[in-house]
Amino acid sequence: MAMSWIWVVMVGASILCGAATGRMDAVAGAALEGANAGVELSLAMAGVMCLWMGVMRVMEKSGLVGGLSRCLHPILSRLYPQHRDDAQVMGAVSANVAANLLGLGNASTPLGIRAAQLMAQGAGGVASDSLCMLVVCNTASIQLIPATVASIRQAAGSGAAFDILPAVWLASAVSVTVGIVAAKVMARVWRE
Amino acid sequence: MVVPVIMLGVMVWGIACRVDAWSTLVEGGAQGLQTAVRMVPSLVGLLCGVYMLRASGALELLEGLIAPVLGLVGIPPETVGLLVVRPISGSAALGLGAELIETYGPDSLVGRTAAVMLGSTETTFYTVAVYFGAAKISRTRYAIPAALCGDVAGFLAASWAVRWLFGI
Repeated sequence: MAMSWIWVVMVGASILCGAATGRMDAVAGAALEGANAGVELSLAMAGVMCLWMGVMRVMEKSGLVGGLSRCLHPILSRLYPQHRDDAQVMGAVSANVAANLLGLGNASTPLGIRAAQLMAQGAGGVASDSLCMLVVCNTASIQLIPATVASIRQAAGSGAAFDILPAVWLASAVSVTVGIVAAKVMARVWRE
Repeated sequence: MVVPVIMLGVMVWGIACRVDAWSTLVEGGAQGLQTAVRMVPSLVGLLCGVYMLRASGALELLEGLIAPVLGLVGIPPETVGLLVVRPISGSAALGLGAELIETYGPDSLVGRTAAVMLGSTETTFYTVAVYFGAAKISRTRYAIPAALCGDVAGFLAASWAVRWLFGI
């Protein structure tokens, strides 16, 4: 639903602005040009998407997710102290983070939702501190190889599509750290 | 250099774990192709809108209004549309980001910053809706403000990281 409104606002603003600046012809042309660009971009991205999804599937099948989630367990039990001894919750959360790191969106969401449902049991519709933390951690991207973005850059003719990796890691680390700190601080001061 | 080594490493590891690495690679690739095809309609719709916005001069207008504020904190003003849309819609952000990367060039300051912003943030409101919806939570307390703090930090960090690491 949000998308419909975004689109209406975009096109409405274009028509208003185009009419005001006398660029209506250009706007009309741009609509068709944009439609073409959409198909071209998807096709140009397909190769890199194919390759990375293939590599990710091998990671998933060869047990990298399981191994990674075992390594993450000690860190995560600090983030979710209320559930430290609950193997079910911690298992789901670790696997969720591991899948996020590897960029396996399809795998990470069901795992995260399972953790969220377990955390919400008996909470009467109110988000606990752990659940807020889980959501905040999942709204920050911690993907190690941002394949989609790299494929867009490749499609646009970048010399080295993956040269943004260090910058992405740095920005992701800052974003997730600030999110976690904000959640921890707000957990102390938040009043209903 | 990093990418081929990762690919080789994953394949060798897969073989060592007795996974039929090649068939798995192909199977995953088919999924990737499906994803790319499924993106076509939404990208067509979005790029249609974004191209119209740019042609009408509305984007420049918005940039001009917000540029002084963004410039002050080091965020390229051209990315203003991306900042607004990123937490709300993943596909809209992808469309806007792709347009920026194409227009300014993938190896330009704006193109790189847009790519890093896309790669280091998530569709916050979508995630919040999915998780709290599935867990039947109606009082979300501080989850949204805390998540948005993370997003803002991500945008700033993306801009600074690109400036610092690429020296442009």
